[in-house]
Amino acid sequence: VDIEETALPGVGVKHEFTSAAGKRVGVLSHRSGRRDIAVYDDEDPDACIEVLVMTPEEAEALAELLGAPKIVERIANLRAQVEGLVSEGLVVRSESVVVGHSISERLPRSQTGASIVAVIRGSEMVVSPGPDFKIVVADTVVAVGTREGVQRVARLVAGR
Amino acid sequence: VHDARLFIELGGVVFGLGVLGRLASSIGLSPIPLYLLAGLAFGRGGLVPLVTAGSFIEKGASIGVVLLLLVLGLEYSSTELVTNLRAHAWSGGVDLVVNAAPGAVAGWLLGWGPVATMALAGITAVSSSGIISKVITDQGRLGNRETPTVLSILVLEDLAMAVFLPVLTGLLAQKTFANTVISVSLALGALAIVLAASLRFGPTISRWIFSPNDEVLLLRVLGLSLLVAGVAEELQVSAAVGAFLVGIALSGKVADSARIVLTPLRDLFAAVFFVFFGLQTAPASLAGVLVPAIALGGVGVFTKGLTGWLAARRVGIAMPGRIRAGTSLIARGEFSIVIAGLTLSAGVQPRLASLAAAYVIVLAIVGPIAARLSDPIGRSVARARRRAAPTLR
Repeated sequence: VDIEETALPGVGVKHEFTSAAGKRVGVLSHRSGRRDIAVYDDEDPDACIEVLVMTPEEAEALAELLGAPKIVERIANLRAQVEGLVSEGLVVRSESVVVGHSISERLPRSQTGASIVAVIRGSEMVVSPGPDFKIVVADTVVAVGTREGVQRVARLVAGR
Repeated sequence: VHDARLFIELGGVVFGLGVLGRLASSIGLSPIPLYLLAGLAFGRGGLVPLVTAGSFIEKGASIGVVLLLLVLGLEYSSTELVTNLRAHAWSGGVDLVVNAAPGAVAGWLLGWGPVATMALAGITAVSSSGIISKVITDQGRLGNRETPTVLSILVLEDLAMAVFLPVLTGLLAQKTFANTVISVSLALGALAIVLAASLRFGPTISRWIFSPNDEVLLLRVLGLSLLVAGVAEELQVSAAVGAFLVGIALSGKVADSARIVLTPLRDLFAAVFFVFFGLQTAPASLAGVLVPAIALGGVGVFTKGLTGWLAARRVGIAMPGRIRAGTSLIARGEFSIVIAGLTLSAGVQPRLASLAAAYVIVLAIVGPIAARLSDPIGRSVARARRRAAPTLR
């Protein structure tokens, strides 16, 4: 994507690009943290036809929504790139031995042979969770490692 | 008993301004022309002359100018100013030349002296960044592609003001030629030093001033600005420019927080400043300058429109966007009044202040209306063009 940057003196900075579908999209980053998403008019390409004004919190939530699938996608790409490397999203079952325990307690890389690179909880994604990150039922654990390592993690989160 | 009278007068004025501000925002206008009119009503020969609040309003007005320029300076960083100067020098130059010319010609036609003519040129040249950025925000045009051009022109005008005000202050002091040259070069030197220093040491200065406590921050920034403004005034550089330079030198977190805590204070004292300017203008004197004010206003609409059109065309903006850029720039306001205020205290040309008041009242009302109308105008012109050349689409 070819992103064009323009300074807005006294306001902040604006980034623009044209989507594959031909729509011109702009993101206006105010110094206050406010973000405006602008969609440009086809008839008058210099004007916005719609502007979405977002508080810093809303912008962050939206960025996460847009970013989460992207990370999973990147992991998938990584798997294709590095042969022998396996990654999988595994759902934690209620009978699993890891429920209520931290990653270092039940899923240490030194024993399983796979790293936990992310945990998806509801609509939220925790990237690179720390060793004391507590896992709860229905989390999706993203494990990356050798085939055997990921299988070991899969058995643990399934409860067996 | 004395205080009772002061509070009643002051309370009446401030409350009245609140009512006017509400009225202005409900009809989508800038409150500036209404504040000026309020000042006219309270002033010499007005409806309700003030007796005791006058001296407070006079001091408040001076603080208002300092705060107006300080908060404006806080909006920009020195890096922004320098990059803007490089990138938009052409548009900024056209803006100043094309828009100062009508004022200069009018001053000459009216037979005013060179200093009053120069002041009038400044009054017609400089747009109101306050009114314009508010209209752009309200109309949801911040993301528009002509907006960076419009904002850049405003930035360069503000920078030009930092040069113009000390020159005018020096000339108004009516000293010898040598003295004027000294104070003007002093001002330009100070401007250059502050810009260079804040480019290099901006973060350090800002860290030194910053406090996470709003109260401490407010007192520090306000105190520093008044100190610098006072020194600048003492050196005949003009207090306003001193405050502007303080605003420029502060950047980053300290500027963002200071802007938030200072804005309410700025709003209050700026309103007092406009009232004070109106107070000093006799309503009867407006009648005598109405014709030149309206003529200048008409020319001013055209010249700013042309400036915006040319600047937008230069960066490849299509026709409707050029119309938006042109109409956006029309509004004149606080700076024209700041310039006129300087001449008023120096007493060069008594009709200048009345002319400036009438001019600003006209263009502060016409500007936002024109900016709002530019969308339907642009659309209909675009439609007419398409009809005229149907094969193009």
